[in-house]
Amino acid sequence: MRVGVVTFPGSLDDRDAQRAVRLAGGEPVALWHGDHDLKGVEAIILPGGFSYGDYLRAGAIASFSPIMADVVDAANAGMPVLGICNGFQMLAEARLIPGAHTRNAHQQFIRRDQRLVVENARTDWTNGFTEGQEITIPLKNADGRFIADAETVKRIEGEGQVAFRYVGVNPNGSMDDIAGVTNARGNVVGLMPHPEHAVEEGFGPDTPAAMSSGVDGLTFFTSVLERALAK
Amino acid sequence: MPTIVVEVMPKAELLDPQGKAVAGALSRLGKGAFTDVRIGKRFEVTVEGEVTDAVLADVRELADDMFSNSVIEDVVSITVADAPAAL
Repeated sequence: MRVGVVTFPGSLDDRDAQRAVRLAGGEPVALWHGDHDLKGVEAIILPGGFSYGDYLRAGAIASFSPIMADVVDAANAGMPVLGICNGFQMLAEARLIPGAHTRNAHQQFIRRDQRLVVENARTDWTNGFTEGQEITIPLKNADGRFIADAETVKRIEGEGQVAFRYVGVNPNGSMDDIAGVTNARGNVVGLMPHPEHAVEEGFGPDTPAAMSSGVDGLTFFTSVLERALAK
Repeated sequence: MPTIVVEVMPKAELLDPQGKAVAGALSRLGKGAFTDVRIGKRFEVTVEGEVTDAVLADVRELADDMFSNSVIEDVVSITVADAPAAL
């Protein structure tokens, strides 16, 4: 399966996302923000970073990139799209998922290994998990506070569009401890923490078993591959 | 050349962490009479030629779709300013 990873000016984790796809058994394909070419991929990842220096609003200028028009069309046609951190912010700015992001409530950049609970294990990117499963993947962001109006929060809570919730600590003041959301169809998923940083032993979060051995992030990438195979 | 000024503010009901940080500093300076600060954005858009209704409509659209995010911000004003005098 060919999985595209879009590089924007200021992307940081595009290579890590490509590597995660490879470790999961897929074929990563580099995509470029200025193109109108999805190169025949079957899924797309919008990676983390600080596209355009987070100017205007995090993810805002990137959401107006040429390739985003193609990403929006593909997402609306059902292609799996995963937005990680800055990619999550782009999905919100492009209105592919509900809500928006503002500066962390405590105003500080934060980096920690974050516990999450999987609230929706039916999406293209989460079907390898079980609902209620707790996972730990790294979090690192400045503008990670998920916000939506009360009516929207009620709707996405009611319709299972909250995909992940923070456990233990709410690191940024997100409403309802929301760490990740999905669109109604379940093909577009965005989250603030970074699954691509927890895909290989020796480089992931600590676990009770061993230092840096956490690979909970790998399931995001195997989920999308396995769902494609099952089709 | 004429300049169009667009002002955007975080929605009143949302926490504005920047404003809160400044308000905290004011209170530490003994300026407790100032009970709240909110920080927004001002865009100065310079346009070639006349400011026609079509140009203003364009700016209104940009203000709604790009300069602001309606989930978290409001466009509070769009005004035409004269070119600033040379300093």
